[in-house]
Amino acid sequence: MIYQDSKVLLEVRGLCASVNGVEILKDLDFTVKSGEVHAIMGLNGSGKSTFAKVLAGHPAYEVTSGSVLFEGQNLLALKPEERARAGLFLAFQYPIEVPGVGNGQFLRLTYNTVQKQRGKEELDPLEFDDFVRDKMKLLEMNPDFLDRSVNEGFSGGEKKRNEILQMALLEPRLAILDETDSGLDIDALRVVAHGVNQLTTKDNAMVMVTHYQRLLNYIVPDYVHVMEAGRIIKTGGKALALELETRGYEWVSAEHQAAASVPV
Amino acid sequence: MSAVLQNLVNQPYKHGFVTDIESEVAPKGLNEDIIRMISSKKKEPEWLLEFRLKSYQAWLKMTEPEWQNCHHPKIDYQAISYYAAPKIKAKLNSIDEVDPELLRTFEKLGVPLHERMALAGVAVDVIFDSVSVATTYKHKLAEVGVIFCSMSEAVLEHPELVQKYLGTVVPTGDNFYAALNSAVFTDGSFCFIPKGVKCPMDLSTYFRINTEESGQFERTLIIAEEGASVSYLEGCTAPAFSTNQLHAAVVELVALDNADIKYSTVQNWYAGDENGVGGIYNFVTKRGLAKGVNARISWTQVETGAAITWKYPSVVLLGDNSVGEFYSVAVTNNYQQADTGTKMIHIGKNTRSTIVSKGISAGKSNNSYRGLVKIAASATGARNYSQCDSMLIGEECGANTFPYIQVLNNSAQVEHEASTSKIGEDQMFYFAQRGVDAEAAVSMIINGFCKDVFQQLPLEFAVEATNLLSFKLEGSVG
Repeated sequence: MIYQDSKVLLEVRGLCASVNGVEILKDLDFTVKSGEVHAIMGLNGSGKSTFAKVLAGHPAYEVTSGSVLFEGQNLLALKPEERARAGLFLAFQYPIEVPGVGNGQFLRLTYNTVQKQRGKEELDPLEFDDFVRDKMKLLEMNPDFLDRSVNEGFSGGEKKRNEILQMALLEPRLAILDETDSGLDIDALRVVAHGVNQLTTKDNAMVMVTHYQRLLNYIVPDYVHVMEAGRIIKTGGKALALELETRGYEWVSAEHQAAASVPV
Repeated sequence: MSAVLQNLVNQPYKHGFVTDIESEVAPKGLNEDIIRMISSKKKEPEWLLEFRLKSYQAWLKMTEPEWQNCHHPKIDYQAISYYAAPKIKAKLNSIDEVDPELLRTFEKLGVPLHERMALAGVAVDVIFDSVSVATTYKHKLAEVGVIFCSMSEAVLEHPELVQKYLGTVVPTGDNFYAALNSAVFTDGSFCFIPKGVKCPMDLSTYFRINTEESGQFERTLIIAEEGASVSYLEGCTAPAFSTNQLHAAVVELVALDNADIKYSTVQNWYAGDENGVGGIYNFVTKRGLAKGVNARISWTQVETGAAITWKYPSVVLLGDNSVGEFYSVAVTNNYQQADTGTKMIHIGKNTRSTIVSKGISAGKSNNSYRGLVKIAASATGARNYSQCDSMLIGEECGANTFPYIQVLNNSAQVEHEASTSKIGEDQMFYFAQRGVDAEAAVSMIINGFCKDVFQQLPLEFAVEATNLLSFKLEGSVG
């Protein structure tokens, strides 16, 4: 939701980033205010997932220029774990499996780490168990999930629910959902979207990276951005996603090139 | 992330100090005179000297094994001193008479020798270089008929038991290092659990090598008679020297009908420095004989130290329905090499064995699992389950699995599973993205990986092993 008096949460200016010497993000600008829901769309290889990972601080990506302010703080100077503790959350496209580590144990470690950082109370295993079961209801998750190893043997949909469960526990200021809808059947998509919607408040914000309009029927964005070749080439409202669905991306690209070739 | 990890990696080995104590060290080299000297120092009976000399003759005809996946410069067996002992004036009557310097050494290592300070429920025998310096709770154990003392003492006080069992599980000529040990072994622990007795506390031996150019050749013998049971723990450390020291031990276990022996090791010998200089050569022969029906022998090992580990704790399943187990975590970092595993020899009917091996390699190290499952023609209904998992940390380490399976009986069931995984950037990034720092992440990943083995360890050892592993691997990811 767009609020008139909301604060800027994330401000990206002229961001360039590369992986293995190949430049992926090229002079990217992007602003998110609290309360807003953004969708970033675009073809494969346009740099959407790279952008998500660069914000979270993945070590394989090198930021070559530009600035990122997160609640006024220089995000690029922070280590990945510091970014997380500061309230930046990334729901992974491919959540990692950790054999032998109980999901409940892992969730409690992450929860307590972030609580500690915020000067809030840490929970012992019994207290945490009650707390997490409550959150799991939101995502219609079976409590068995707590006893299984982290993501090991989880179906695609179960992994994504587990990601959103972590988001519910960590209560981030800014959540980036990287293709959370991929691999979900329609029922799972509805449940996950419902969970995400419940977590949206006036004080946080959401950035969804997605290929498909489908997700946006359930989580309605305030802004839709189209990425191409490492930058945002068009921004619109919810209607833009519908237009992309029917017309594809080519016209956006053509429009952008035409605009760029017009002498100022 | 990797800068933090680099700082963590350079944690020093905290047991690397040397105790300054007056020692009696035999001249370097090995010959019959040295063996006679060791035997006479220990006032051994004639049969034991013969045992040694026979082993020495066998050893002279043998060559070092070369099939293992480890490489080291040729060892000069004449450059090693085969006996080193802290000078002790007279026979000790109580722990309070132990040299205070030694007491401090073991306290520093976390092994307090005063019974009033010791871990409740664990009796400890401590071996310093070639001799046992103290054994706790001896008298309390004696009340239920359990004999727990140093091997030297057992030879003098219970010669009939030692003579009956010594060399029956690992024959003198079994292999090069076992033959060498049989010729020159100096001390070790002896445990005897009589018929029907459940040992009331865990027994434990702590081995410490202190002298630079000496070897440690200990010999441990554990006998559990019919229906007896015991849990035995072994820990080891050594100072950091730039030379390599040889540790060639032999451990023999005998379990009679319905007896149960659980043997746990946390091995933390000095591993050499980050360039692979120094460290212990840990060439050890450990074998258990499940002699009686329903006998059970279980090995659990956490191998973190030593420059080279060559070790295959095995079980010969002779009794019908006997059970053999091997649970192992072997961790190598820097230039360490490990070639370790087990042998399960099924002879009796309906014998069962379980092998769970977890190898973790980091740095430039090389970690191999080597195991033999042999089902003899007589072993009708025998079953084995093996699981060998390897985890790689970084790009420059190696992991290998060499399983050998020989089945001579059609009714046998043998299962083998293996996997290789990697702690990589993505796994670490996942934890980091949830606010968890590298140290806590590695600790959690490793402990998850090793869970099946750690849960076999006695509680106080499990805690130590968990800490040791996190400590050892800190900073190796990135």
